[in-house]
Amino acid sequence: MFNEKTLELLISSFPKILEFGLKVTLPLAAIAFVLSTVIAVLVAMVQYAKTPVLSQICRIYIWIIRGTPLLVQLMVAFYGLPLLGIHSNPFVMAVIVFSINEGAYSAETMRAAMEAVPAGQLEAGYCVGMNYMQIMWHIILPQAFRTAFPSLFNALISMVKDTSLASSITVVEMFTRTKQIAGQSYNYLPLYIEVALVYLIFCTVLTFIQKKGEKILGSYGVRK
Amino acid sequence: MALLEVKQIKKAFGDNGVLLGIDLTVEKGDVVSILGPSGSGKTTLLRCINFLEKADGGHLSFEGKEYDLSGITKAEIAEIRKKTGFVFQNYNLFANKTVLGNVTLGLTSARKVSKADAEKKAMDVLKKVGMAEFKDYYPSQLSGGQQQRVAIARALATDPSIIFFDEPTSALDPQLTAEVLEVMRELANEGMTMIVVTHEISFAKEVSTHVVFMADGNVVEEGSAAEFFEHPKMDRTKEFLRLTEN
Repeated sequence: MFNEKTLELLISSFPKILEFGLKVTLPLAAIAFVLSTVIAVLVAMVQYAKTPVLSQICRIYIWIIRGTPLLVQLMVAFYGLPLLGIHSNPFVMAVIVFSINEGAYSAETMRAAMEAVPAGQLEAGYCVGMNYMQIMWHIILPQAFRTAFPSLFNALISMVKDTSLASSITVVEMFTRTKQIAGQSYNYLPLYIEVALVYLIFCTVLTFIQKKGEKILGSYGVRK
Repeated sequence: MALLEVKQIKKAFGDNGVLLGIDLTVEKGDVVSILGPSGSGKTTLLRCINFLEKADGGHLSFEGKEYDLSGITKAEIAEIRKKTGFVFQNYNLFANKTVLGNVTLGLTSARKVSKADAEKKAMDVLKKVGMAEFKDYYPSQLSGGQQQRVAIARALATDPSIIFFDEPTSALDPQLTAEVLEVMRELANEGMTMIVVTHEISFAKEVSTHVVFMADGNVVEEGSAAEFFEHPKMDRTKEFLRLTEN
């Protein structure tokens, strides 16, 4: 199986696979991660504040999203959204589904991190005259974000790999591109191993960035 | 007219009545020490006056304005808090801010003071508590006594009419206690109005103008410091003073 021809195929396909990794997979994961973090912070804030009604809506959102498979969610969006009159390209749809999906998980991470900030921080904020939102912005969220950072980054690393599921709704990302190349050459295994290595490289770089990030965020004396 | 006056403040946690109708009057420049055994309601009283706990009933007058404690609005609470300072037993410095950040935040964020003015003010009060050289440190890098002095600077920075101290030295060893009490003594000498919940009898004796002795949610006895310590009237007070002397 591994002959000279295979080696040639691996070398010639590498830039094509990498191109779709850089142009589709990483942007999809990055955009969805940013949006999911925004969703997570908002949902966590609603739950932290125990806002009536909104809080219950958030619980239902988390319940449904965490209780159903990502692949099913992609399918439901792909076939369901057009019925609602929402027509958009598969990439945008994937971004929406990944954001909503990851948002539910990260919301729980953020909520737990916010609740781990000692109540005295909130009280001290009130006592210097700050209002609730000012305390959130300057005190609670920065501290919670520091606690949640490793878990949130974990979610990003998961998402980079989960983007391969977008192939199921016709998004041509790195994995789909690999499948196409493999299909043309009838040489599947070496190419799948090759794409696995590219995912591994992406995630290794992200792990490195996570470590750097933790160091920068950790600088407020907690472990200096 | 008194700077701060509390009338018939009541608070219960479930069936457990913690404050059974307390009256307290504080004139400008007073240093009021609140003494009493654990569980007497001292801390709860202080927390209710600054709305960290919601009182079940009672009236508050502060700087000439009257408030009904059970029906007070958020805006009224915010207005009062902007003129008061609070020092906690466990400091509660903002963990993600430096010493300077801790002291300026109440000015820049809550009062929209410019950063430059806030930092100038912060350095003034940090000098006063002897912590100016630590301005770039984070709370976790300081001793308890240093953290508490920064907390006092943070309370001072906003020029409050009154500062509440909730057992400010209870978490400190004797040496660190001494450095915090020294700062508080200076403030008292400068005429700062203070209410201090404390177990430091000698501090109460030397520094306070007025002493309130609480037990079981009631004020048992109160009076000027000299009168209270030299001629206690109630048996409960006499016993408390006898026990704390040893």
